[in-house]
Amino acid sequence: MKDKLNSNRSRTFLAITIPIVILFFVFNTMAVIQGFGYSLTNFKGFGGYDFVGLRNYIDLFSDERIINSYIFTFGFAIICTILVNIISLVLALGLSSKIRAQGALRAIYFLPNILGGLVIGYVFNFFFTYILPGIGEAINSGALSNSLLASPKTAWFALVITVAWQAVALNTLIYISGLQTVPEDVYEAGAIDGAVGFKKFKNITFPLIMPFFTINMVLCMKNFLMVFDQVVSLTGGGPARSTESISFLIYSGGLSGGAFGYQSANAVIFFVVIVTISIFQLRFLNSKEEQL
Amino acid sequence: MLKKSQLARTAKKTNRTITFWLLVGSLSVFFPLYMTIMIAFKDPSQMSNSIAGILAFPKSWSFDNFQQAMAITDFWHTLSNSILITGATMIVAVIFHSLIGYAIGRSMQKRGYRLLYLYIISGMFVPFAIIMMPIVKQTAMLGIDNRFGVVLLYSIFYLPMNLMLYTGYLKNIPLSLEEAAAIDGASTFKTFWSVIFPLMKPMHATVAVLTALGTWNDVMLPLVLLSGTGQNTLPIAQLNFQSQFGTNYNLAFASYLLALIPMLIIYIIGQKQIIKGVVNGAIK
Repeated sequence: MKDKLNSNRSRTFLAITIPIVILFFVFNTMAVIQGFGYSLTNFKGFGGYDFVGLRNYIDLFSDERIINSYIFTFGFAIICTILVNIISLVLALGLSSKIRAQGALRAIYFLPNILGGLVIGYVFNFFFTYILPGIGEAINSGALSNSLLASPKTAWFALVITVAWQAVALNTLIYISGLQTVPEDVYEAGAIDGAVGFKKFKNITFPLIMPFFTINMVLCMKNFLMVFDQVVSLTGGGPARSTESISFLIYSGGLSGGAFGYQSANAVIFFVVIVTISIFQLRFLNSKEEQL
Repeated sequence: MLKKSQLARTAKKTNRTITFWLLVGSLSVFFPLYMTIMIAFKDPSQMSNSIAGILAFPKSWSFDNFQQAMAITDFWHTLSNSILITGATMIVAVIFHSLIGYAIGRSMQKRGYRLLYLYIISGMFVPFAIIMMPIVKQTAMLGIDNRFGVVLLYSIFYLPMNLMLYTGYLKNIPLSLEEAAAIDGASTFKTFWSVIFPLMKPMHATVAVLTALGTWNDVMLPLVLLSGTGQNTLPIAQLNFQSQFGTNYNLAFASYLLALIPMLIIYIIGQKQIIKGVVNGAIK
């Protein structure tokens, strides 16, 4: 009786699993394989194409535009990750202390997370083009009175601010839930031993919320390396291609630039990079957690 | 050693300072929204070159910009597309992802299923950029470069994350409940619907919130699949609008505000559920 039930059960499970896995294979795995296939051709996105072997890959490594976009994307992701995590931690500590209107304040700080990155990029574009230089002129600051977006040297920073404005929301929330896992009596015991202020944070709080730090680091790096929406709306990759992120370059070069095969090779490299970094980060940060 | 009353006093003291600084900091959240509202309600003649003029309250609150922006972006049609796509993806995610989460989660003692699980989960590392171009070709070939295709693809892209969430949650639901139902003669499907599906309710909320936030604000997939079909989502409408009317800032900001409002309303109503859902999803 039980065997019959079990075999019935596993048959149902199989019937559920197979079609969904097939769909997943077709639109995810096969797409990746196809992308790899295209990367070995000189396909323009239309018409015929020839097999070119690894030439796209060889060309990639000497293409200044590609190399610059990798340097830019990594620099951007690292700076943004550090900035976002510092701000989020400070905010989370503040929002977790005994304050008035705690619920309302938390809801306010989370708000940017639910808004679309594209529209926020447009709004910040206006802010950096007109409002900030206006403030700069008003306070006679030479550095501020030029738009950050106008110079290749500063445009990346405008992008950092825009992306961070949204990303801080989620990271703060994750740190807050981390802080909730720290029991109050740990602090009380620490206070008796003289652990207050920054010492308390460094020796008690931070080690205890290490797992949440890991989540935030991995989330940040992955999201920032794939930055796209805000690049489209804030800078359009400019000025002088200084803010072309990898995703943006794959999109613009591959779909409208007629370099489908070439950018597919770029996408394959990008995929390998993302996987490597994610695994490395998880390993490294996990080993840190165990030590503590 | 500090006395308890002293501790309480210091806590109360810091309390006001922190509240004050957090309130000051929250201005950075409100300012871009304030700016958007102020510009959206003005007409270009009121936009004097000084920032004080841009940020001041409009002389009269006029809805002309909104009417015009709605006409240009075909707002109601675009909004209904966004609702349709997000809603359909949410429903598919809750029904089918929980179903496969159940099937795989309850078969983890088998090696094949464990491998299958890892195989699907690894899909989380696939950046959209790598499958973007093949997806464009595939969907065009199959004739699903339309709203249906977008929903189908979202359902597939969110499968890894949702599968992980559902199977993780399933571990807390004891097997004995299903066994009892099975002995009473209920089929596996019926057991799922009547016993497991309702028990998964907290996870449904998380999955619904995360899937909805992701699809509502997504740009890339509708951009590559729907451009030229006349079926826009709200973000894509802004993108098209920008390339044509981007220099008329008053009109543009009215359009941005229209695009932000639906989510703002939903957030004001359901912020508790949304925050809870996002936290649950991120920490699992």
